[in-house]
Amino acid sequence: MSTTSIHSDAPVADLDEQRAGQERFDQIIAEDSRIEPSDWMPEGYRKTLVRQMSQHAHSEIIGMQPEANWITRAPSLKRKMILMAKVQDEAGHGLYLYSATETLGVPREELVRQLLDGEAKYSSIFNYPAMTWADVGAIGWLVDGAAIQNQVPLCRASFAPYGRAMVRICKEESFHQRQGWEILYELSHGTPEQKAMAQDAVNRFYGPALQMFGPPDDDSPNSQQSMAWNIKRFSNDELRQRFVDMIVPQAEALGLTLPDPDLKWNEERGHYDFGELDWDEFMSVIKGKGPCNVQRMQHRRAAHENGAWVREAAAAYAEKQARRQQDAADTHLIGA
Amino acid sequence: MSQHNVDASWPLYEVFVRSSRGLSHVHAGSLHAPDATMALRNARDLYTRRNEGTSVWVVPSDAISSSDPDSKGGFFESSQGKAFRHATYYTKSEGVKHL
Repeated sequence: MSTTSIHSDAPVADLDEQRAGQERFDQIIAEDSRIEPSDWMPEGYRKTLVRQMSQHAHSEIIGMQPEANWITRAPSLKRKMILMAKVQDEAGHGLYLYSATETLGVPREELVRQLLDGEAKYSSIFNYPAMTWADVGAIGWLVDGAAIQNQVPLCRASFAPYGRAMVRICKEESFHQRQGWEILYELSHGTPEQKAMAQDAVNRFYGPALQMFGPPDDDSPNSQQSMAWNIKRFSNDELRQRFVDMIVPQAEALGLTLPDPDLKWNEERGHYDFGELDWDEFMSVIKGKGPCNVQRMQHRRAAHENGAWVREAAAAYAEKQARRQQDAADTHLIGA
Repeated sequence: MSQHNVDASWPLYEVFVRSSRGLSHVHAGSLHAPDATMALRNARDLYTRRNEGTSVWVVPSDAISSSDPDSKGGFFESSQGKAFRHATYYTKSEGVKHL
């Protein structure tokens, strides 16, 4: 809750309170300590967090779809169970993040409404289809891999509930990445057709996965403020570079290649150089023109509407139980 | 104006999980549920998917009273400047065993 008063009859006290709050906030940030929901915080900080954390939550929720699509077609019972556990984790991650966002004073139903009404964004990666079983592997390895790269520094985000949610999420996420890599490993060590399928999946997901870190630093206007507030710890380009350095040897271990002719080790920099990404495509997918944007939103709305009766039944049951308890208590009183 | 009929909110519950016998319940997070029974079930699914718990408590969030964050200094003042409450305050016994 904000301690910023809205009473117009006490402007001087307000200003004093605000000044004291800002000083305390600046001090906590300078000490690299954590802000709790009950602390005073600048309005911009709160807004930035609500936007970032709710987008993050929505991404987890929408992110269930590409993989859930493969649960019924998983190649074995073991893979089916693994995939169900992973999709359930994504739902859990969405709920952790919604809870954390609510501590900033935005009710859950408002966050859900923003997603369903199409006002809120989610990660553009989930607007690409999972067309083959190998795509499930590529999503785990590259998409969850990029997400982990992004999320590990967020465990130290200055807003404490966000950091706490991220700690929990990161612990669970590492299985996602490994199981994806293992799917690709089995395919790349299988028949030539299976290997070709794995390579095709990597070819399609490599670019979009690298774009998950957001636009290049020169083109990312909010990044600097987020870094000053200790929400973001590393720039988009820094995180992307780390990710590329990490996946090159992992691709070699798979016996697969990464679809980038400019990818090569730069001795001087001590990093891999890589080619320019297709930022026009990125912007176009964000604006709703990706291959699956419409489908993802339709599915989310249908799931919400089709689940309405369950929510209504649970609410009606809770109400009935509460009424019975009340009646029993009243009867008891009369009897006494 | 919303195009979607989003239900009124279910109450918020705080979830506390005991990770193993002999340890205290520790705050794990929060969730919405229509009643305490459903809150417990949801808490199990949400916070103990990997054997994190042997016992779960759920408490309606509005049943929790907390200290005022703005009077932090004042409220906890009495324990400050009282280093003598810690064993490390007493240094004369250095080198003497079992003290």
